[in-house]
Amino acid sequence: MLAFALKRFGSALLVMFAISVLVFLIFFATPGVDPAARIAGRNADPATLAQVRHSFGLDRPMPVRYLLMMRHLLIDRDLESFVNRGSRVIPQILQATPVTLSLVVGAALIWMTAGILMGTAAATLRGRAADPLIMLVGVVGVSLPAYWLGEVVNLLTQKQLHDSLFSWVPPPGYVGLGQDPGQWALHMLFPWLTLALLYAGIYARLLRGEVVTALNEDYVRTARAKGLSERRILIRHALRCSLIPIVSLFGLDFGALVGGAALLTEVVFGLPGIGKLTFDALQNLDLPVIMGTVLYAAFFVVLANALVDILYARLDPRARHA
Amino acid sequence: MTLAPSAGARRSPGPWRTAAGDLLRNRSALASAAVLLLVVLATVCAPLYADHIAHTDPFQSHVSGTTVVDGKTVPVLTPSSTGLGLGVTPIGPTWDPAHYFLGADNQGRDVMARLLYGGRTSLFIGFTAALLTCVLGTAVGVVAGYAGGVLDAVISRVLDVIWAFPVYLLAICLSVVLLTNGLKLGPLTVDAGSLWLPVAIIAAIYVPYIARPLRGQVLVLRNKEYIQAAVGSGAPTPRILRREVLPNVVPTALVFVPLMTALAMLTESALSFLSVGVQPPDASWGTIIEDGLGLLYTRPAVTIAPGLLIALTTAALNVLGDGVRDALDPGARLRGGV
Repeated sequence: MLAFALKRFGSALLVMFAISVLVFLIFFATPGVDPAARIAGRNADPATLAQVRHSFGLDRPMPVRYLLMMRHLLIDRDLESFVNRGSRVIPQILQATPVTLSLVVGAALIWMTAGILMGTAAATLRGRAADPLIMLVGVVGVSLPAYWLGEVVNLLTQKQLHDSLFSWVPPPGYVGLGQDPGQWALHMLFPWLTLALLYAGIYARLLRGEVVTALNEDYVRTARAKGLSERRILIRHALRCSLIPIVSLFGLDFGALVGGAALLTEVVFGLPGIGKLTFDALQNLDLPVIMGTVLYAAFFVVLANALVDILYARLDPRARHA
Repeated sequence: MTLAPSAGARRSPGPWRTAAGDLLRNRSALASAAVLLLVVLATVCAPLYADHIAHTDPFQSHVSGTTVVDGKTVPVLTPSSTGLGLGVTPIGPTWDPAHYFLGADNQGRDVMARLLYGGRTSLFIGFTAALLTCVLGTAVGVVAGYAGGVLDAVISRVLDVIWAFPVYLLAICLSVVLLTNGLKLGPLTVDAGSLWLPVAIIAAIYVPYIARPLRGQVLVLRNKEYIQAAVGSGAPTPRILRREVLPNVVPTALVFVPLMTALAMLTESALSFLSVGVQPPDASWGTIIEDGLGLLYTRPAVTIAPGLLIALTTAALNVLGDGVRDALDPGARLRGGV
């Protein structure tokens, strides 16, 4: 088990290294892309361009630039933004992390609770009216564009129903948890619900299928033969097994969201999280910030992947030798 | 279902016909197909609507244009009276198909006509990207799974790296870079403003979604007796791939097409919304939502209508995709219920 875990973390490190090289190549080695031209602005004369190139170290060979950037990012931890000179990358990421974590953790709690309840209900109410209804909610969830849903929520809470039903909704933005927990929750409520709606349906659909399968398994028949109550069979036997794929999917989704996949929700609700930081940096081609946030994102995704694999291996010994 | 009494006399209808029959009996899948057909037809008729009903060019701004509402001539854009008086308020929905049915955007362009044209772009990108992903994913998955060894190891690691990248971030990274100069890949050149750019980007980022499961499937297939028999009888590898492996994995790849189209459409709209997808003068449902952003509180129709169309289309694709999966892969239905 330990050997498997070590091996898994080793390959996770390799993947992260590959991602950092990939990002570096996308931005520095794509033909026709010149970060110096972006920094110097439009119609800059060749002398300015050369000066910019030199002052940002863009005239050095590619591998040296990669290593220098990594050294500043990981060892000296003083990598600076290209666009706002003097502003360091790591503090920016550290500042954005709690915003993204607030959003994702809250939403995850909501969608896991709703998804598990809906999925179990649909599986037990199979063949009755509630089942297709719950599954319809699931289809709607996966079909809505995240940012559009956020816009509509803003429209309803800030304008159309703001004078009546939603007068208590604060304007979009972020208030720190330490600053004012009540306001924090109030500001995060609709972003949470919006993000959760997109995921609850997928989880409910997946869980429903798993529970239906599990209820046909031999061990459930055995449990029934032992005379256990249906409720106990559902919760202790069927649901327990069915949750394994849910948990592994959750690991991946959670990692991706913390890593910046919640970008659209952050942009729409004006939350200065990791996704927003990455997007702003991309628009300015602010490479050091992009490098920092992308590596940060990859770190969470890769970590989640590795944890899920190890969890799987713990639960199912066959996976260790695959 | 009736049991055939003269079994043996009747030939089995074959997997494709069985699947088609299953699909035709699936009412929600049929309804979704009808919805999709309607959407496609409507977007195909976009020029008819713009030229013969609305009499407008949805790609030209009509800043000082006028239109007719209730027999009165009114300007399409009104300078806003509130605030600094800097902005303009376009005309809202008139519900008159000939005169700004859904109102105008802030350049005075007919939103309804733009929606129809935008739908063409969104559907084109979604479907082409999905098809391309499925073809590429199948090719990569089959090659990796069948070849094994070093080639498989390299391909699998590359797929791992793409997989570990949050898809939207990867798509945005590629878009930002490629939008400045276009794509030059050997003899292949794609201009920065071309619709093929988002198609290529979206197709590329989702390849692991297809290639990984198919590789797994091929790994299992390779050890089956009939493949071993084909290898043993000296059949050349291309022939084995074509005659023995592909027929087994193509249904799986086909199952992904509608679901992938939905995913690709959502991705395209998100990229366009962030202004790194479809570039003006082209419009897509995503760019129209972005256009409507500044008008959200005054003219919400500009934002709401394209979003509803995206949701309707992707929901129909998802339901149809589930139907196709049930029809082509009865095992999935057994495992998944219904």
